[in-house]
Amino acid sequence: MAKIEVVMPQLGESLTEGTIIKWHKKPGEKVKKEETLLEVSTDKVDSEIPSPATGIVTKLLFDEQKTVAVRTVIAEIETEEGAAVVTEPRKPPVREEPKEVPKTSVREMERQPKQVTIPTAPKPAPSTGRFYSPLVLNVAREEGISMVELEQIPGTGEGGRVSKKDIFAYVQARKTGKAPAATEATIAAPTLPTPTAPRIETTLKHIDSGELAKKYPAPLYEILQMSNILQKMSEHMVRSVHTSPHVQAVHECDMTKVDAARRRNAEAFEKREGFKLTYMPFICDAIIKALKQFPLVNSSIEGDKIILKRFVNLGIAVASENGLIVPVIKNADEKNFVGLARAINDLATRARTKRLIPSDIEGGTFTITNYGVFGTMIGIPIINQPQVAILGTGAIKKRPVIINDAIAIRSMAYFTLSFDHRIVDGALGGSFLETIVKNIENFDEAIVL
Amino acid sequence: MAKTLTYLEAISEGLREEMHRDKSVFLLGEDIGTYGGAFKVTKGFVEEFGEDRVIDTVLAEAAIIGAATGAAIVGMRPVAEMQFADFVTNGFNQLVNITAKYHYRNFIPVPLVVRLPSGGGIHGGPFHSTNPEGWFFHVPGLKLVAPSTPHDAKGLIKAAIRDPNPVLYFEHKFLYRHIKGEVPENDYIVPIGKADIKREGKDISVIAYSTGVHWALEAAETISKEGVEVEIIDLRTLLPLDKETILNSVGKTGKVLIIHEDTLTGGIGAELAALISEHAFQYLDAPIKRIASLDTPVPYAPTLEEYFLPNAKKVLESLKLLASY
Repeated sequence: MAKIEVVMPQLGESLTEGTIIKWHKKPGEKVKKEETLLEVSTDKVDSEIPSPATGIVTKLLFDEQKTVAVRTVIAEIETEEGAAVVTEPRKPPVREEPKEVPKTSVREMERQPKQVTIPTAPKPAPSTGRFYSPLVLNVAREEGISMVELEQIPGTGEGGRVSKKDIFAYVQARKTGKAPAATEATIAAPTLPTPTAPRIETTLKHIDSGELAKKYPAPLYEILQMSNILQKMSEHMVRSVHTSPHVQAVHECDMTKVDAARRRNAEAFEKREGFKLTYMPFICDAIIKALKQFPLVNSSIEGDKIILKRFVNLGIAVASENGLIVPVIKNADEKNFVGLARAINDLATRARTKRLIPSDIEGGTFTITNYGVFGTMIGIPIINQPQVAILGTGAIKKRPVIINDAIAIRSMAYFTLSFDHRIVDGALGGSFLETIVKNIENFDEAIVL
Repeated sequence: MAKTLTYLEAISEGLREEMHRDKSVFLLGEDIGTYGGAFKVTKGFVEEFGEDRVIDTVLAEAAIIGAATGAAIVGMRPVAEMQFADFVTNGFNQLVNITAKYHYRNFIPVPLVVRLPSGGGIHGGPFHSTNPEGWFFHVPGLKLVAPSTPHDAKGLIKAAIRDPNPVLYFEHKFLYRHIKGEVPENDYIVPIGKADIKREGKDISVIAYSTGVHWALEAAETISKEGVEVEIIDLRTLLPLDKETILNSVGKTGKVLIIHEDTLTGGIGAELAALISEHAFQYLDAPIKRIASLDTPVPYAPTLEEYFLPNAKKVLESLKLLASY
């Protein structure tokens, strides 16, 4: 008895894989040499593949419709012949590692003034935004400097980067006892300048739940793993708060006219367009017009530069089953009222039914969050980075309002604008918010029709 | 004992000495005989060695390189001159397809030297100023040298003539009469494949050749006053690269500036940067920087040419960036 391995054949020079369409034999069945064993489909051809030997099919390693790399073993046949017959290589081609190394390999460099010795890549990943060069990470590992400790070494390089000089000075100071090998934020070699800014932890540290379970025993406590979406939200929110100096302005907005228009048109709109008319398109329309008037609010910051965007990609925060998600209406400024309403409905529906695709949640230039749906009157939203402002809309409630020295009943809502005071000051933020409110209060009902 | 020669005189002297030493050495090229060469490198040679050994050729680089290759195959040691390095493209096929592959196919050495007066800074315009070493850097079977000093120019022309392989000898026209230096009286060669550290330092490695070395030396002197010690590696040989010297220096400094006068994209600097990041990544403390000419033809107008070419000031700016990184 001998085992024969059947491999996926290469059915064309440029082909690298093939799809098994049909097995003509089942495991345990006899097969003759040259008898059709299976059918394979490739980009170029469909072919019947003959058995390389006579024997019993013992294993079929892939199901039909599976695509397999050329030369992968796909089946085994037991023959009654004496010797193993393997006509094709067993494994898919493995690219050989280039062996050529210059005469001076890393090893020889060890003779250099002692810096680093192991050529493997350093592992520790920085948890703050600070960049560490390969050299600095290597020295840190060599000298047993932890990531936490590394992050507290003051840097004199560009943007506060720890340079080679800095880390060697630190190592030297630590050896001579001038800098404690501890992790307190106070450590700094005396000769070095003090750090420019405190380091902020944005990412969450993984903790083994075993230890925690002892500290927080069941059933009094329950330990839950944070989902990816929660971890991302956590990281983003912490980073945003530490990136942008948030300032809030609150304005009240008379929604009576919008409310009336919405009610008047609700039935006809739904019949005509196939979905419900909500307050959202009215608010979005007002925002887009205001953004066009104050383009600085529709921007982001990179380094010491402001990136103005001549298009509006409007993000709308949606509470989904999995957590908060912010789908984006692309080029919202190019849509008319119905188009806007349709886009909002489409994104909201797909967000709730988990049918969003990655590009749906990318590229926003401004965000709106409607916590009013929970009855919240006034909220203080956090900016969706790298944008510079976010509008929060509170619940619409009927309130007594003074108009022309008379008390009137009006549908009122509080709008909060959180803005990044690095580039948006109170005058700009206030004017922008006021413009949104004016746009809503004075909207032209003709746009709905 | 040493004497002072210009870069051009050093090349002439090297050629002359080799012709005296070895009767199989002969020269061929356009106007190299009676006229003495466009730059007078071979002035007086035809009188000294005769028309059989200093051959004026037709204006056809393919013919010059083809004939020289044939002569080398049958045991002569020809030195072919391209009047301007730019013209070598006319002989490109001979060099890369015949000359470079001949030993591989037939086990017969091709001891040929092609001299290529190259480079700008002489207001020669787009056809008389280029640095075409990048094209040949990619060709297995060739050796490329590009000296920066009279000492290396003489030592390398002699080594090139004695080498059993085809050697492209890039001599920079701007350096011809601008650079003087000491040259030993005795017979010596500069080994092919060996870089030279023209200045030692511990903070930044500059890798350069030809004119780049002089820009680097000037900039290094300036920045040394600010306490930044620059190490300057003069490659001298571009192919094969002296990887040992390069990687040792990077291991020491952790910062790299690569300079060449050839245009930037796909140039020798790209290969050097790849080499360093592949084999010395863990020693790097800053991005690898390159200075080269702009990716355009060499402009004729002096002001534009000055803008196009690297210079010591541009080198100094990059060194400052690296120092503060």
